[in-house]
Amino acid sequence: MTDVLVRFRAVSKSYDGRAKVVEELNLDVHRGEFLTLLGPSGSGKTTTLMMLAGFEDPTSGRIELEGTRIDTVPPHRRGIGVVFQNYALFPHMTVAENLAFPLSIRRMKREEIATRTQRALEMVRLPGFGDRRPQQLSGGQQQRVALARALIFEPKLVLLDEPLGALDKQLREELQAEIRRIHAQLGVTMVYVTHDQAEALTLSDRIAVFNSGRIQQLGTAEAVYEHPANPFVAGFIGENNRLSARVLDATRLRLEDGSTLEAAPHGLPPGMAVLLSIRPERVMLGPAAQGLANAARARVEEVVYLGDHSRLRLMHAGRTDFVVKLPRQEAVPQPGSVIDLAIPIASVMVFPA
Amino acid sequence: MRRTNWLAALLIAPLLLLILGSFLVPVGLTLFRAVADREVAVALPDTRAVLAGWDGQGLPPEVAFAAVARELAAVLEARRIGDVAQRMNFERTGLRTLLLRTARAGDRLRAPYAESLVALDARWGQRDAWLMLQRAGGPFTSLYLLRAMDFTRGPDGAVSQVAIEERLFQTLFLRTLWVSLLVTAICVLLAYPVAYTIARLRAPWSSVALTLVLIPFWSSVLVRTTAWFVLLQREGPVNGALVGLGLLDAPAQILGTRLAVVLALVHVLLPFAILPMHSVMTRLDATYLRAAASLGANGVQRFLRVWLPLSLPGVAAGGAMVFLLAVGMYTAPALVGGDRDQMVTWFIANFMTRDVNWGMAAALSAYLLAMSGAVIALTRILTGGTVQAGARA
Repeated sequence: MTDVLVRFRAVSKSYDGRAKVVEELNLDVHRGEFLTLLGPSGSGKTTTLMMLAGFEDPTSGRIELEGTRIDTVPPHRRGIGVVFQNYALFPHMTVAENLAFPLSIRRMKREEIATRTQRALEMVRLPGFGDRRPQQLSGGQQQRVALARALIFEPKLVLLDEPLGALDKQLREELQAEIRRIHAQLGVTMVYVTHDQAEALTLSDRIAVFNSGRIQQLGTAEAVYEHPANPFVAGFIGENNRLSARVLDATRLRLEDGSTLEAAPHGLPPGMAVLLSIRPERVMLGPAAQGLANAARARVEEVVYLGDHSRLRLMHAGRTDFVVKLPRQEAVPQPGSVIDLAIPIASVMVFPA
Repeated sequence: MRRTNWLAALLIAPLLLLILGSFLVPVGLTLFRAVADREVAVALPDTRAVLAGWDGQGLPPEVAFAAVARELAAVLEARRIGDVAQRMNFERTGLRTLLLRTARAGDRLRAPYAESLVALDARWGQRDAWLMLQRAGGPFTSLYLLRAMDFTRGPDGAVSQVAIEERLFQTLFLRTLWVSLLVTAICVLLAYPVAYTIARLRAPWSSVALTLVLIPFWSSVLVRTTAWFVLLQREGPVNGALVGLGLLDAPAQILGTRLAVVLALVHVLLPFAILPMHSVMTRLDATYLRAAASLGANGVQRFLRVWLPLSLPGVAAGGAMVFLLAVGMYTAPALVGGDRDQMVTWFIANFMTRDVNWGMAAALSAYLLAMSGAVIALTRILTGGTVQAGARA
């Protein structure tokens, strides 16, 4: 039995009384886990986080922290750390004063505050930066301080609202590793909001994929990538080729161009319109594909060299934008040539259209 | 590069000329009048030249007596004796009579002039009058700057305070400083909650509230101050209300008191405190307050430790604005204040229009400017850190 730290029960949020930003949300956050709320903007993920932090009130439903209802508790008494996208470090205080703020609010002794501040700066690898002003730090350094400040009063739960959104790619990856390390080191529960699926896959124990106010799928990174629950999840996380088709029988489907495709048993009735999703990196290419299930020949329309892999755009299944990823080691075919390909049965994901 | 520099210089030239012509030059010329000393040099050039060679011991030579008698008669003839007479009279009361009497004596004075001048007026036989005439030769004088601080220079050149009953300006400056600081403090205290409330209002209401703040600007300061004149009269509505409520037994004399001056100034200047504060507060990121809340700070702590320090630049700007305007305000105190509540500006105006003593007006202006500058500099030093921090916010 997993230990539930936060429980959302039938939580809805509406600003105008009609359109619901969050609809009937049920979600359990486990103690010690790294949970990411992933979704496009306007999907309700940030509103969910803000309701948990206490900056927004749910229109209906309840939120519990360790079994106690908290949606009626003001934010300053919830004891939840929050890291904001724009850092929100107080510009009139030094880094050390920023870190000391939650401790002095809690009337901690001065020596204790000094020790903890020192330790927090070391944790985020910024020792000796205590006397600087936030404005004197780079974006990455500011976000480290913001993270340290959200952790320094040892909250049970830390919320991160797109904390790396304003940083460039390299810095973002560096800080992702930092956040993972700190999460593993402290064992604190983290709820992370992002619209960046790669970031979600990198960081999370579990991912809750949001769209139009509802959780579309909740599961491990592997589960949401390998077994998306619906076309939205399949499309939002990772790349995929989408094909319209009709069910022929228990395992076979007819594509728009008249060809048939074999899939694993999907349990949908014959004649039903379905949507297929095929990951570009799962398609087999070259002579090795001959004789396999769903083998075919396709013309190469375009080749894009991307260093660690190449992207091929093929004419296949009645489409001219069928994308396949080819690992670096393999020979890259020329545009205009015709190559063998095969789509493994297990890689054909079938969703009701 | 050179061409664009020229072009840039050309583009800002009109503005530069305007500032130079309408601001720097007039202010500079006015301030220069505080130390300029030209009256004697213009009216009595020969006397001045002779006295310049006098060692100040005993009495000046006969040539000096002759020159002063001749030149005084000449300027009287040319109807230009007023300037020099007033200049010398300001140095020491009574010198005007001496100069006028000598000028009018004209033909009755004969050589040796040393004797006939002393015969006309014994003061010509004393060294003091000659020393003061010598010192007034210019081109510069410390007379006005000293007098504007209640100091004077004796005939021997020693600086001393003027007689107690003539002391005026030190108290005047202290009073101006005190009233301005009081008005500033009241304005800041009243404006802060107003600005805070407006900054936290939602969209349509914030602009409505801001418009209400700006409405007083639709009428002139004169009109608004005159309104106070009507309101505060002995038989006016304020007295009527106070008596009616039983707070006063009889109507009180409010007009002509310090209270009336402060009241009118606060009323006129309050918007100038609200606007800078409001502008700083609306630009404050509400995330800071959310962050403070998430870190455990309650409403009072959020205000005292985050909002207040971050809005201090607005307080400093509003306070400085009100102080500067209060120091320079003329109409309001002149209308509703009594004789004992007048500020430096009133004396400056008086020296210019009634006494036609530009030197004193300029000296008082110079001190007023220095006082304002000092207070503003002090404010900047005291709020230096927060102003810097607020620049980012």
